Amino acid sequence: MNFDWAAIISNAKFLLVQGLLGIGIFGGGTLRLAIPAILLGFVVGIFLGLARLARRPYIHYPAVLYIELIRGTPLLMVIFWFWFLVPILLRKPVPEYWVALTAFVMFEAAYIGEIVRAGIQSVGRGQVDAATATGLGHLQTMYDVILPQAIRNMIPSLVTQFIILFKDTSLASIIGMMDLTKAAQTVSERDLRPFEMYIFIAVVYWIFTYSMSRFARWLEVRMSPDRAIP
Amino acid sequence: MLMIPGFLGIPYDFRWSVLWESPHGQWILNGLLNTIKIGAVSWIFAILLGILFGALRTSPFRPLRAIATAYVEFFRNVPLLVWLFFWYFGAPEVFPEGIRQWLIHHGMEFWSGVAGISVYHGARMAEIIRAGIQSIPKTQTEAGLSSGLSIFETYRFIIIPIALRLIVPPLTNDSLGLLKNTSLAMTIGVAELTFATRQIETYTAKAFEAFTAGTLIYLVLCLSISFVLNRMESRFAIPGLIARTERPEH
Repeated sequence: MNFDWAAIISNAKFLLVQGLLGIGIFGGGTLRLAIPAILLGFVVGIFLGLARLARRPYIHYPAVLYIELIRGTPLLMVIFWFWFLVPILLRKPVPEYWVALTAFVMFEAAYIGEIVRAGIQSVGRGQVDAATATGLGHLQTMYDVILPQAIRNMIPSLVTQFIILFKDTSLASIIGMMDLTKAAQTVSERDLRPFEMYIFIAVVYWIFTYSMSRFARWLEVRMSPDRAIP
Repeated sequence: MLMIPGFLGIPYDFRWSVLWESPHGQWILNGLLNTIKIGAVSWIFAILLGILFGALRTSPFRPLRAIATAYVEFFRNVPLLVWLFFWYFGAPEVFPEGIRQWLIHHGMEFWSGVAGISVYHGARMAEIIRAGIQSIPKTQTEAGLSSGLSIFETYRFIIIPIALRLIVPPLTNDSLGLLKNTSLAMTIGVAELTFATRQIETYTAKAFEAFTAGTLIYLVLCLSISFVLNRMESRFAIPGLIARTERPEH
C-alpha cells in the first residue's frame, strides 16, 4: 500500500472551505452548524434546567420527561425523528441544515439542562438561608448569590458538552448535510483515498476539540475558588 | 403521541401492525440482538483498553505516560463517526491481504464497528480510570502501610475498594453512551436496531411507528441498565466516605 498524501493537498480547499466552513454550493458546513447549535442549545438548555427545578408540577414534570426521554435515546435516532417531524410540522420541505440545527439544539438542550440543574443544586442550601437571613429577596438571592457560584461550577461541564456537540455535528452527514465528514466521504468515493481523507479530517476535528479542551482546563484552574480568594 | 400529526391537521394513517408483520418483527429482533452483540463486544475491548491506558497514564515512567496520553487525547477528541469510516473504509487498505480476506469473510462491518467504538470509548474510559486512581490521596496508601498492612493488602482492602466506587458511576455513564453510540454502526452497514427501524421506515413509509419502536427499545435498555447499576452503587456505597449528592448521569 502506498499512500498518496498529495490527494489531501489537492482536496484541502474543498474539505476546509465547503466542509468545515460551509461556503459553497452545498451549504452546510461543520462550523456553520456547530456555532449556532452551541449558542441556541445553551439558551434552550438554561430554560430547561430552570424548568426542571421549578416547583410547579406542570412545569417540572414535562421538563423531566423531556430530558430523560432525550438522554435515553441515541442522537442518531433523535436526528431521524426531527428529519421526519420538522417538514411535517412546517408543512414544507426543509433543507438538511435546518433539520440538523433543530435536532442538535433540542438534543443538546437536554444535556445542558442537566448541567444547569446540577450547577444550581451544587450551591449549598446554607447559602440560600444566609441570603434570606440577610434580607435578600428571591430574585436578588438568585442573581447575587446562587448564579455566580453555580455558573462557576458549571463551566467545566459546559465546555465539555460543547466539545461533545462539536464532535456530534459529524452525524449531520448521515442525513446528507455537507459537513467535514460528508466532504471527506464524497472525496474519498471519487479519489479512492479513504485512508488519507479520514486521517486528514480526524486531524482537523482534533485541532478544534483539543484546543477547546485545553481552554476548558485553563478556565477550570482560573475559576477555581482557591484562586478567587487571594 | 397518537394525536400529534392528526392534531396538526395532517392526515396520517397509523398502522402499528407494521412493527410485527413478517418480516419486520424479525428485523427489529435481529437489530436488537446485533445492538447487544456489538455493544457487549465493544464494551469488553473498551474496558480492557481503558484499564491498560488508564493505568499507563499514572505510570512513573515518562515515555509510557506519553504514549498513553497521545492515545487518549487523539482518539477521544475525534468524532466516533469519523473513526467508524476510518476503520471500515480506510484502515483495511493498509492491512495485509490475509487479514483483509479474513475480515471480508467474517463480517467486516461488525469488526470495523467494534474497532471504532472500542478504541474511541477505550480512550474515554482510560481518562475516567486515570481520574479515579489519581483522586485517591497518597496518604491513604501511607496510612495503610503504616498500620501494618502489606502493599498487596493496602491495595486489596483500601485503594481498590475506594477507586472502584469512584470509577463505577462515571463508567456506567460512559457505558450507556457506548450502547447508544452503537447506533452509528448502521452507517457502515451493521444491521443493528437503528438500521432495522430505518429499514422498516423505507419499506413501509411508516416512520412514526418505526422510530417510536426504536426509541422505546433504546429507552428500556438504557433505563434498565442504569437502574441496575444505580442500585448496585447505592448498595456498595461507603456511608460518609464519598458524599454523592446527585445520581450519575446516564
